Amino acid sequence: MSYQVRLCNVLQKKEIAPRIVEVLIEQEELAKAAQPGQFLHIKCGDSVSMPLRRPISICDAGEKQLRFIFEVKGRGTAALQAHEGQLDVLGPVGNGFTIDNERYKRPAVIGGGIGVYPLLFLTKRLSGARVYLGFRNAELVTLEEDFKAAAAGVSVATDDGSYGYHGFAIDLLKQDLEKEGFDIIYACGPKMMLKAIKEFAARENIPCQLSLEERMGCGIGACLTCTCKTSDGDHVRVCRNGPVFWSEEVEL
Amino acid sequence: MDTKVTIAGVTLNNPVIAASGTFGFGREYGELYNVNELGAISVKGLTKAPRLGNPTPRIAETPGGILNSVGLQNPGVDAFIQYELPELKKHSCKVIANMAGETFEDYCEMAEKLSDAGVDLLEMNISCPNVKAGGAAFGTHPDTVEKITTAVRKYAKRPLIVKLSPNVTDIAEIAKAAEAGGADALSLINTITGMAIDIKTRRPILANRIGGLSGPCVKPVAVRMVYQVHQAVDLPIIGMGGITSGEDAIEFFLAGSTAVMVGTANFTNPYACLQVRYGIESYMRENGVETLSELTGALKTDN
Repeated sequence: MSYQVRLCNVLQKKEIAPRIVEVLIEQEELAKAAQPGQFLHIKCGDSVSMPLRRPISICDAGEKQLRFIFEVKGRGTAALQAHEGQLDVLGPVGNGFTIDNERYKRPAVIGGGIGVYPLLFLTKRLSGARVYLGFRNAELVTLEEDFKAAAAGVSVATDDGSYGYHGFAIDLLKQDLEKEGFDIIYACGPKMMLKAIKEFAARENIPCQLSLEERMGCGIGACLTCTCKTSDGDHVRVCRNGPVFWSEEVEL
Repeated sequence: MDTKVTIAGVTLNNPVIAASGTFGFGREYGELYNVNELGAISVKGLTKAPRLGNPTPRIAETPGGILNSVGLQNPGVDAFIQYELPELKKHSCKVIANMAGETFEDYCEMAEKLSDAGVDLLEMNISCPNVKAGGAAFGTHPDTVEKITTAVRKYAKRPLIVKLSPNVTDIAEIAKAAEAGGADALSLINTITGMAIDIKTRRPILANRIGGLSGPCVKPVAVRMVYQVHQAVDLPIIGMGGITSGEDAIEFFLAGSTAVMVGTANFTNPYACLQVRYGIESYMRENGVETLSELTGALKTDN
């Protein structure tokens, strides 16, 4: 199933943490087509003053509904928060996570900051995932209950120690490695975190998938603005070849 | 009502062309609609050898526009001819091969290969602001523009469009130089060089620091330049710069364009080219315009 442009009804929109906005939209075709790790390319404001859509990952999808969560960071996301009426959505776009529950029986899922959100949809499709979530502080801890309902276990870390473990989520994952015997790691989050996970996975020889972020133009692979470097020296499109890559495929 | 237009002997079914660099080789937008609805596709700028392009970020939104510094990432002219052109030629819309070289010889060699491979038109990009060698360096001095056009004209067996840079003091001079060198048509404008800074990090947003500005914010500059070029030369003009609607396109026709290209608007609305085409058709119907040639340069300046 390919991507399409659809107008979507907004069922719900709320700020679930400071500057973190959750939106529930209804559009059956998009919901049915959506796969974990894919994103929506959303028109946030009026076309003339704000020509670029904003890529936002899919947090969850049901029969008819899609849920996404974003941080209000600049003009576009501020406009999206303020937007009223139907949303113009291009999607679902990108290559999502590889899910193979037969092959990978001990999955670890790790997210940092807003990188946590696409992992919920993934965790729901995995069986028995151990989930590690990192946030800056207690105020920003979100979706913990949703993850608990979908995973075999959830550990939360905060940078300032105001909630859960004081430190990085990757420290918790490392501590559990021997006990859990992970056979795949899925990660999404800040580049520094992804770099650390890529290194760790390579050292431990565990297959690992990373979901990357980049400033995008068209969102469908035509404009070549959102590329990343591959290990064999090529530049590939984050929007189309990714946003999810095997960790050994890409240079961060 | 007839929406066909002819550029240097090549007839397009309608005057809307997807602009180079925004439409790849047509595959991605082809998943959304039938690209035969377009007059032509100008493909991603091709170079003699494959190019990886610039570091990221390569794009930033600015009020009413975008800055890009892709840096001509492309698989090279040979791979284009082998893998992309056969797909493009299955369509009935015309194929414009956009070429970007580092030397005169690069352009000559590509013009010859692409002509032999059967593209409909050649577009010589001497205005890319995002590469160190060649690019805009060839497009900003009238003498060089005339020389390179003369050189490439000899190897081009298809009509040669010269794509002009707006980053010049006198666009009419450059247009005359291209005409003197034997250009068959002109396309304008390429992007205007620009910059955006993140005040939190105090760093440029683009990794390349400077990029090319496009989108609705450049439209008045583009219309002015098309107008000035139309006054200065007799060549057909393909106008572009911030077109998002039929109304925008009509401005370009009145200023002197024979056809138009739509670029940045594709990012906002993937169906932008079609929206522009239908908008032009509505204007023609509502204003009793039978052929687009009635509009080209039909700007009234008397009192």
